[in-house]
Amino acid sequence: MAALRGLPWFAKVYLILVIGVAFALLGYNVVSDGRLDLLDWSNLMVLALLFLVCESMPTLLHVRQAAVSVSFSAVLAAVVLLGPEGAALVGVTAMFSVRPGLPLVKRLFNSAQFAICGYVAGRVYVWLGGRSGVPTVAGFDDIIVPFAGAAAVFVPLNFVLIALVLKLTGQADQVPLRGVAQFMLSYFGYATFGLLIAGLWATVNSISAVLVLLPLFVARWAFGQYHAQQRSYDATIAALCQAVETKDYYTRGHCTRVSMAAGMIAEEIGMGSERLRAIRYAGMLHDVGKLGVPTKVLQKEGPLSEEEYAAIQLHPMRGLEIVRGIDFLDEAFAGIMHHHERQDGKGYPMGLAGDEIPEFARIIAVADAFDSMTSDRSYRNARSREVAMTELRKGAGTQFDPVMVVAFVKAVDRDGWEPPRTVVTPPADVTETTAKDHDDPTMPIQVVSER
Amino acid sequence: MNGSGAGRVLRTLDSGQLLLICAAGLVAVAGVAHTAATGLLDPQIAVAFGALIAIGELVRLTMPGNREVAPIGAAAALGYTLLLDMGGVPTLHSALQVVAVLSVGMVAGALPHLAVGRPPQLDGMARRLFTGALLALAYRPMAGPLSDLAGGGESGWWPALGVMALLILLMVMVDVLLAAVLRAEQVRAALKVAVHDELRMAAPLGAAVAASGILLALASHSMGMTALLVFAAPLLVTQVAFRKYAGIRATYLQTVRALSRVTEVGGYVEPGHSRRVSRLAVAVGRELGMAEPELLELEYAALMHDIGQLSLRDPIPGGATVLTDPEQARRIAELGAEVIRQTGVLDRVAEIVRRQCDTCAEAPPMASRIIKGANAYDDLVGGSSDRDRAGAALERLRLGVGQEYDPTVVEAMNRVIDRLAPIHRL
Repeated sequence: MAALRGLPWFAKVYLILVIGVAFALLGYNVVSDGRLDLLDWSNLMVLALLFLVCESMPTLLHVRQAAVSVSFSAVLAAVVLLGPEGAALVGVTAMFSVRPGLPLVKRLFNSAQFAICGYVAGRVYVWLGGRSGVPTVAGFDDIIVPFAGAAAVFVPLNFVLIALVLKLTGQADQVPLRGVAQFMLSYFGYATFGLLIAGLWATVNSISAVLVLLPLFVARWAFGQYHAQQRSYDATIAALCQAVETKDYYTRGHCTRVSMAAGMIAEEIGMGSERLRAIRYAGMLHDVGKLGVPTKVLQKEGPLSEEEYAAIQLHPMRGLEIVRGIDFLDEAFAGIMHHHERQDGKGYPMGLAGDEIPEFARIIAVADAFDSMTSDRSYRNARSREVAMTELRKGAGTQFDPVMVVAFVKAVDRDGWEPPRTVVTPPADVTETTAKDHDDPTMPIQVVSER
Repeated sequence: MNGSGAGRVLRTLDSGQLLLICAAGLVAVAGVAHTAATGLLDPQIAVAFGALIAIGELVRLTMPGNREVAPIGAAAALGYTLLLDMGGVPTLHSALQVVAVLSVGMVAGALPHLAVGRPPQLDGMARRLFTGALLALAYRPMAGPLSDLAGGGESGWWPALGVMALLILLMVMVDVLLAAVLRAEQVRAALKVAVHDELRMAAPLGAAVAASGILLALASHSMGMTALLVFAAPLLVTQVAFRKYAGIRATYLQTVRALSRVTEVGGYVEPGHSRRVSRLAVAVGRELGMAEPELLELEYAALMHDIGQLSLRDPIPGGATVLTDPEQARRIAELGAEVIRQTGVLDRVAEIVRRQCDTCAEAPPMASRIIKGANAYDDLVGGSSDRDRAGAALERLRLGVGQEYDPTVVEAMNRVIDRLAPIHRL
């Protein structure tokens, strides 16, 4: 057991304990007289097969890093159809699931914990008055309460056993405990599938399992498609935004970094996942309207005329015009439209102040300015993170929302700031340099009045 | 809905759709009238299933290609059609009662949508109702004998199960065929291609719905009305997954469409150029018998065919790439393909964009030839709808047939432009 090496001793003890208990349980049942003789072996085989099929296809649902498989609905069905011993036997077969590369220790632990959970749930089921065996058609109502009890024990026990092993082997960080409530809920949802399988067994035997699980497998396929599309979409939107920036070598990667920083702030102030995604897109797209600003304005040295400054001020509107056809949250549009407003009301395009500025815009403003300051410009080198942070703090209350600045500082202090930087040397023929950056708070654009 | 609104809806319908809607309407009226005359058998069960159908219709979703589906409603309708007994008590409702419950449930579910200004796709609803009615008419007469068989013991359910599966398969076939005929007429696609497209779309969801429908009918046998509550659970997960999938697909297309406009905002191309080229290209591709996945790639490539211009120092005046020198056009195509390849997932689209300037001798992919033709046409005609100008542009493309432009593409474009009308409605 090579995989055991390198684990802390308490993790080893725990693993061996769980596996030992499971096999002791099974051994006890084998030696004690007649317990296994009563089992319906053909049903056991069908359920074990079903369990293996499910176990071999873990489904990603809801929670990002946790693979949920519907396999335990098969174990719960076994609780009803076969009793505690049968459920434990079905659980043990997890060892043979088709998941290449899964180390033996994990397989053993997995089957052990399924066996223990199945056995305990089975005992609870019997204790609550449930009768093991295929329920009669009329007897369906009698198994509901014992089954609910069995599920209510199975799910938390399963959860605790797995959470403990993750904690002890130091993988707990990979599985956020935040989504636990949602997680448990979906588990209880899956528990009903076990009830369905058991309830229909009397009518059509194993076909019931196919009927219950077919929609789930289709769902699994659709979720896979969804994730693939989502990844593809994210890559596409980033590539297109970068294409908009290719003209100006110095702003390359700006959109990706603003998106990242805006996401960090939003996460820090506790935004939900839907809005988090929206603000990442808003950060990505905040400057697409810049292409509408004539190149000669961006390249002009020295102060701008009012007319030229107006062209710059128009870019958030232009951006909004472009992206309006996309089905984002309205907040994302507001964020793009108002990302150059200032707390003191001296920003553009509308001169909103304080709380009038949409939350998304206040976040993007901070992320935008920070990335501008920490990137190279043709007229200066990148400033250090510390200098940029000081500038942000200085601008808090006048230009930036202090809440967002504090959130950003906190997030960066904790997680660091290492944006993906594509190191490309400026190509000789396409390079265009701009003489000013409208995002840079340390170098405000000078405007000369013509009057 | 007031008179003018109804008129507007009717004008956008093709004759086939109208026929189907009328047929479904007649069936619905017959069902409701018959049920009203003879009275509702097992009213409790009928109301429960009707409510579930209504809920299903309420949470309907739109799949890629603007296809409206209501999986939960469809499964509930299947369940009610296939129902043999409820908790052991045989149910003997007639096919016409099924139709009545179906239509009332669907209308009830559509009403809240209508109230907030989202009218349902009438043809989609009519199709669901019509195929549901067909199944009911075929199955209900057999319900009595099958129910007797099922009551006879352990293996009694197998004949019923077989009949259910067979009839549902037939129904799905009819449904796919109907959908394909309607779509072929609506977007002028070849029927064979349309059947393939519909089948690809319907297969996964259809399988899930069929399984849930049978499950509901079987579960009602042992669980009684509880089945109605628990059966929907597996399908609910499926519905969530498909809703997410359809959502991201829609957003994806919207985003590429929206961002294709940056070249216009930057003054690289005429306003509306990318959208017009993509519409024309997709219409031509469909005319040439491309299937939906290919059409999607074609649309993406057409929308982004000028994205390479963003890397240019100065916009080409007017953005008319057909008039610029071939070397530069090629470079723009290469740069654009490079941008798209950055995504890491749209490699085929990148390849189409890269080869959009190739001559026929270089044997570029069909999609590239279509874009080349559509792009040249739009450069010559622009947003104008002047028929003389269109004719002159086509004449000019014909001069280049064989070397620059693919003859089949130019001919297909000719046909598409001749009827022009359907282009605004994709």
